[in-house]
Amino acid sequence: MSLWVDKHRPRSLDDLHYHHGLSARLKALAASGDFPHMLFYGPSGAGKKTRIAGTLLELFGKGVEKLKIDQRVFLTPTKRKLDVNIVQSNYHIEITPSEVGNYDRVVIQEILKEIAQTQQVDLSAKQRFKVVVIHEADSLTRDAQAALRRTMEKYMSNMRLILCANSTSKLIAPIRSRCLLMRVAAPSAEEMQTVLDHVAKREGFSIPEDTVKLIAEDANGNLRKALLVLEALKMQNPDLEASALNIAKPDWETYCHKVADMIIQEQSPARVMEVRAKLYELLSHCIPPSIVIKTIADKVVEQVDEALKADIMHWAAIYEARMRVGNKKIFHLEAWVVKVMSLYKHFFYSFDMEADFDDF
Amino acid sequence: MSFFKPHAPKAAQKQVDPAHQPWVEKYRPKTIDDVSAQEHTVAVLQKTLTSSNLPHMLFYGPPGTGKTSTILALSRQLFGPDNFRSRVLELNASDERGISIVREKIKNFARQTPRAQAVASDGKTYPCPPYKIIILDEADSMTQDAQAALRRIMELYARITRFCLVCNYVTRIIEPLASRCSKFRFKPLDPTSTSMRLEQIASAENVPVTPETIQALISTSHGDLRRAITYLQSASRLAMSTTPPSTITPRDVQEIAGVVPDAVVVGFASALGIEQVGGDGMDIDMDDSGKTKAKGFDGVRQKVKEIIREGYSASQIISQLHDHVVLHPTMTARQKSRCALAFAEADKALCDGADEELWILEVGLRVHKAMASES
Repeated sequence: MSLWVDKHRPRSLDDLHYHHGLSARLKALAASGDFPHMLFYGPSGAGKKTRIAGTLLELFGKGVEKLKIDQRVFLTPTKRKLDVNIVQSNYHIEITPSEVGNYDRVVIQEILKEIAQTQQVDLSAKQRFKVVVIHEADSLTRDAQAALRRTMEKYMSNMRLILCANSTSKLIAPIRSRCLLMRVAAPSAEEMQTVLDHVAKREGFSIPEDTVKLIAEDANGNLRKALLVLEALKMQNPDLEASALNIAKPDWETYCHKVADMIIQEQSPARVMEVRAKLYELLSHCIPPSIVIKTIADKVVEQVDEALKADIMHWAAIYEARMRVGNKKIFHLEAWVVKVMSLYKHFFYSFDMEADFDDF
Repeated sequence: MSFFKPHAPKAAQKQVDPAHQPWVEKYRPKTIDDVSAQEHTVAVLQKTLTSSNLPHMLFYGPPGTGKTSTILALSRQLFGPDNFRSRVLELNASDERGISIVREKIKNFARQTPRAQAVASDGKTYPCPPYKIIILDEADSMTQDAQAALRRIMELYARITRFCLVCNYVTRIIEPLASRCSKFRFKPLDPTSTSMRLEQIASAENVPVTPETIQALISTSHGDLRRAITYLQSASRLAMSTTPPSTITPRDVQEIAGVVPDAVVVGFASALGIEQVGGDGMDIDMDDSGKTKAKGFDGVRQKVKEIIREGYSASQIISQLHDHVVLHPTMTARQKSRCALAFAEADKALCDGADEELWILEVGLRVHKAMASES
């Protein structure tokens, strides 16, 4: 038995519940025979992959649903072996090149050249080209993106690319200008409610109105999260009364909230040590440091004076950016914690923090 | 068969139904006279056609200004379709271009003495000068070592081989290479030549376009002709695919280009305390912003959350907000400069891969502060 998220995932473009304009466009493009390279972007859980799958179905028919998983070995110029998982059907191939980190260029070059230089053998196929779906395109290195550039133009006859990314900021301009951009916005609260109702109906129960609202609000535009929460709640509490519900937060989130409270309660070197231990705990459980800093900052900001809020966010942004460039994440997290503590303390003794902000 | 060879794209394209070909390839200039708006470069190259003497060349300039097109057109005019394959080697960033390739492939190609001139099959005569051309496209992504290895090769085989380096940033080419070449700068296309070219293509493809659409294409593409043509093609695809076929509106173009709608930018700006000037339709928004302004931090935060949920890209938002601020009539110079500082830092951070939400919020808060400080 599969999760509801997968079980009730729309299979075709017609089944989608929102962004009908977008679906109509995709359908028309798939039918026109003149299919461009595409770039889907939008926040996570908005339905990018569902739309990609729907588009592929529209392009090639049922054949794309017969997937096989392959493991391929690539050799870098320095004779290192890379293992890459590839999902493919007869008509398309899905890769996540960012899995291999810095060597993604090799994977991209090899796979694209291989696909591009073979032609569709199946005469009954609807399209003459194959589709390469690249997930997490925004974490491709510059080199890999540069390698894509000319290939995209040269092999247009045999191959189309579908890139899937959270944001277009990290893609170089030449790639963006070669793709048809498709923005998939997160569903609004009402749209999520209709989807939740629909899933509930398919499962044979109904949800009280308040509960739907609660779940939609909690998920904050992430439909996948909303459905997972719905399923979990249904397990715990079959009648889904809004009053009795308590949407369990992931434990790292509660943990982060605890850290935020600690920062607010006391500002001393001893407390910094305690916070540091907690931060290490979070990092060792593979919670991405930028999410940690964001969650803590969000929570801290809720509890402090209006005048401090902007400063705290400012430093969170600064240290987050440094963290990306730097090497040791914990240093920057700590630095931020200390900064927040000092700001907070200063705020109580004197109200003069203006100069600090402008100096930077 | 030979058309699978990576450096034979033209042969492969013969198979493609011209209707499905990207217009960028379809309307690539066939002769250097067709190249838009690079009069100076064209004039110089035109002479080489008659004198059959060519220096090493370095083409640089922003994307979509016709660098690759020019060199391809020139080599086609020099050698004709028959000799093109044997006389021209095109390598770009999608090919492996480490030092080993420079040592082997490029050196081997450079070393070959060109065959004697063959008679062109299509009846035209081509100058077919006694040298080969090696085109290194996107040369700025070559490693320093690979570039260094090229130095001596360029001199050694100068009698029978000409190099043409094509790149965006001339500063990434090492000095010894740059000094061996005559440099040609390709400037961004001016609006008139862009619009001429676009209209030409549109009429050849039977796509009805209004002057407003052309204007939207030009403003979204920032002098990048390839981008403008790609947008035009995408827009016409979308317009054709509806039933009945609709005409292309400027809004379609903006959506394809990933431009954030003006209403969103204006809404964001007013949440930050930048007051809106002119426009009667903005009255409702104004009332709205009055409320959010009162909320200060939370107002800004709310707005940022909305923008992130809509999935707009942070760099796009910031660049459009920048345009909005810079052209704003009533803000003081000091306020504008503070905003500019915030934008610059945010852009740097985003380039380093920082979190988008945090940085839009950061920009929002700093602009908000700047607006509140002295108004």
